[in-house]
Amino acid sequence: MSDLNAFRQEIRTWLEQNCPESMRTPATPEDQVWGGRNIQFPCEDAKLWFDRCVEKGYCVPDWPLEYGGAGFDRKQTAIFKKEMARLGCRPPQVNLGIWMAGPAILEFGTEEQKREHLPKIARGEIRWCQGYSEPGAGSDLANVQTKAESDGDDYIVNGTKIWTSYADHSDWIYCLTRTDKDAKKQEGISFLLFDMASAGVEAKPIELITGETHFCQTFFDNVRVPKANRLGEENKGWTVAKRVLEFERNMMADLEATIAADPIVLSQLAKQHLGEDPQGRIADPILRQAIARNEINKRALDLAMPRMGAEFAEGVGDPSLGMILKYAGTEEEKLKYELALKITGAQGLGWAGEGFSEADIKLTRDWLGVKTHSIAGGTSEVQLNIIAKRVLGLPDQ
Amino acid sequence: MSLAFNEEQRALKDTARDFAQAQAPVEALRALRDAGSATAFDDATWQQLLELGWGGMLLPESYGGFDFGLKGLCAGMEEFGRTLVCSPLLSSVVLSGSAILAAGNEQQKLQWLPQIAAGELRFALALDEGVHHNPANIQTSAIRTADGFELSGCKQMVIDGIGADKLLVAALEASELGLYIVDPSATGVTLSRRQLADSRNYAQITLDKVAVAEQHKLSGSEDVAAALELALDNGRLALAAEQFGGIQAMFERTVEYLKERKQFGVHIGSFQALQHRAAKMYIEIQQSKTVLMDALSAVEADRPDRAARISAAKAKIGEIAELVTNEATQLHGGIGVTDELEVGFFLKRARVAQVLLGNSQYHYDRFARLSGY
Repeated sequence: MSDLNAFRQEIRTWLEQNCPESMRTPATPEDQVWGGRNIQFPCEDAKLWFDRCVEKGYCVPDWPLEYGGAGFDRKQTAIFKKEMARLGCRPPQVNLGIWMAGPAILEFGTEEQKREHLPKIARGEIRWCQGYSEPGAGSDLANVQTKAESDGDDYIVNGTKIWTSYADHSDWIYCLTRTDKDAKKQEGISFLLFDMASAGVEAKPIELITGETHFCQTFFDNVRVPKANRLGEENKGWTVAKRVLEFERNMMADLEATIAADPIVLSQLAKQHLGEDPQGRIADPILRQAIARNEINKRALDLAMPRMGAEFAEGVGDPSLGMILKYAGTEEEKLKYELALKITGAQGLGWAGEGFSEADIKLTRDWLGVKTHSIAGGTSEVQLNIIAKRVLGLPDQ
Repeated sequence: MSLAFNEEQRALKDTARDFAQAQAPVEALRALRDAGSATAFDDATWQQLLELGWGGMLLPESYGGFDFGLKGLCAGMEEFGRTLVCSPLLSSVVLSGSAILAAGNEQQKLQWLPQIAAGELRFALALDEGVHHNPANIQTSAIRTADGFELSGCKQMVIDGIGADKLLVAALEASELGLYIVDPSATGVTLSRRQLADSRNYAQITLDKVAVAEQHKLSGSEDVAAALELALDNGRLALAAEQFGGIQAMFERTVEYLKERKQFGVHIGSFQALQHRAAKMYIEIQQSKTVLMDALSAVEADRPDRAARISAAKAKIGEIAELVTNEATQLHGGIGVTDELEVGFFLKRARVAQVLLGNSQYHYDRFARLSGY
């Protein structure tokens, strides 16, 4: 215990001395430092903070020293994260390599793969993207059609992936491919790692309804991938894939904790756009009630995990509560933005140009952006299926 | 200050559950209804509840109570709601007891509260004057006389008014709110029964120049409206806890039915359309529970947002009770609309409980007001 206290003190002191003041405020998406061959820093402080962390292995504190981490155990990592959060330190580097590819390689990789890939992630040299979904494999993720055919010591990869976030800015991809087309769909999948600069790889940005283009469709035309780049056994890639989906949830939690909080407060927006009655209430009584309802539901979501924690502390916890968060969180957020539109009228639908503030235009884009949340990472309908079957025990047909 | 029940509260909950399931299942309500009981509760059941200490749950020890707090009481209310236990717990102990505790002077508290806790006297709170809950709209007047007051007015939907030993009547003296203890047998008091869908005890009470002695006006509080609001909030949260118990009972029965009922050769619970409806209810029930526990912890810690949290609970739970009882009725199909199935009892109680002490619209509005918008 006293060792951990000394450790905490050491981390605290280091952070206080090394994390620049400007890196102790919530980061907007534009402020984030994505690792990779084309790494860019929004400001000097961001580079300073990144360099200092890389030197200590603090981009990946829980990875072993020999792979570029800080070698912290679970308790030390928890303390490290708490101390980072206490000061409000931004993550020095964001990279799917840190949250997904790296942990997968640590768990399933050969020694050679670990030495090849992990230090480059830790140092922010390689940016990773994820090749999971396909035009015909969305909610039915295991229906992978991208094929990897054996050719001596290599696979020849052909097919296409969709919703590959930032594929056009990424250096390497971890990718689900079909290596046995006759097996049951979960049993013929292999998990391949390859360089996006390989011949035959093309990433085309997809423009979303928000006007943003961070998703891509990625095409593979006879891409040659050494078999040595397969993670795990041939045809056992689904096991790795499922584990990575678990890592994805940790990532979401980490990201949510560090990204600047949503600035929209419906009640303020409503007073501003709809005015107040003589008693200081929002003038539109129907919207006032809808706002109250949304606020109550949002608060209940914020308190869901604390409630579960309190119940576990009393020995009566039920982990199923966590299963409601994706559905309820994304659906309530969509509702919030629909209310924001009702409140702001045409002003909240501004797309570009004169007559609209940055906040107006952001509102329009965010209203559209939250539509992706109940689709990405398991649609609302899939969440309901999971609750029905796993929590309520309703039968399969 | 926790979002969970502690060991003591869980023990209370277990006792309440055992009692409700064994002594006061839904069949007991059916029997009371079929017998046409006007008080709508069973004396023996009420006596047992009193023996178990529920009469003194909220009150301090100095007034004959056990001081378990609203959280302990609500742990029990939830279980009573699961089987629709009928008793004067809400009307006499929670509403009237809390009002006397908050608004009475020391002598009044010493005189009345121990009798309420022991069940020797049963009180009913006569407040609302219309079909919607509105404590701000009191017309009943209290006119000062030589030796007290003269009350005139008409009260609606007085919970457990029929057969009550005492009435706690809200009235205005000039424009100042007061609470007056009235004997229902006094000259000028007329009680008539109002039968609502939930088969419980409601009364319309008219007061025609009813004489009330000076010492029967509660006089321990400078701000009677605030004291009354505190008592009403206790009642609202207790009622929300009861509703939450009913919601869970309905949901569990419905999911069981989905698993056993077969049509087209398969269990209907295998249909995705029905699975999704069940999953959505599950989500809403979990959300409701968090809102309820948030309100209880606000009360436990006496947080300044106490009233807003209670309104959030009454609003949310009322809405979800409507959802779940409607879905339970629909998903049970034909049998769901028969009197034989108990679903109907829950459906009817849910709607009456929604109306009592403020419906969801009332409380969403109050929540907004208390939140500054």
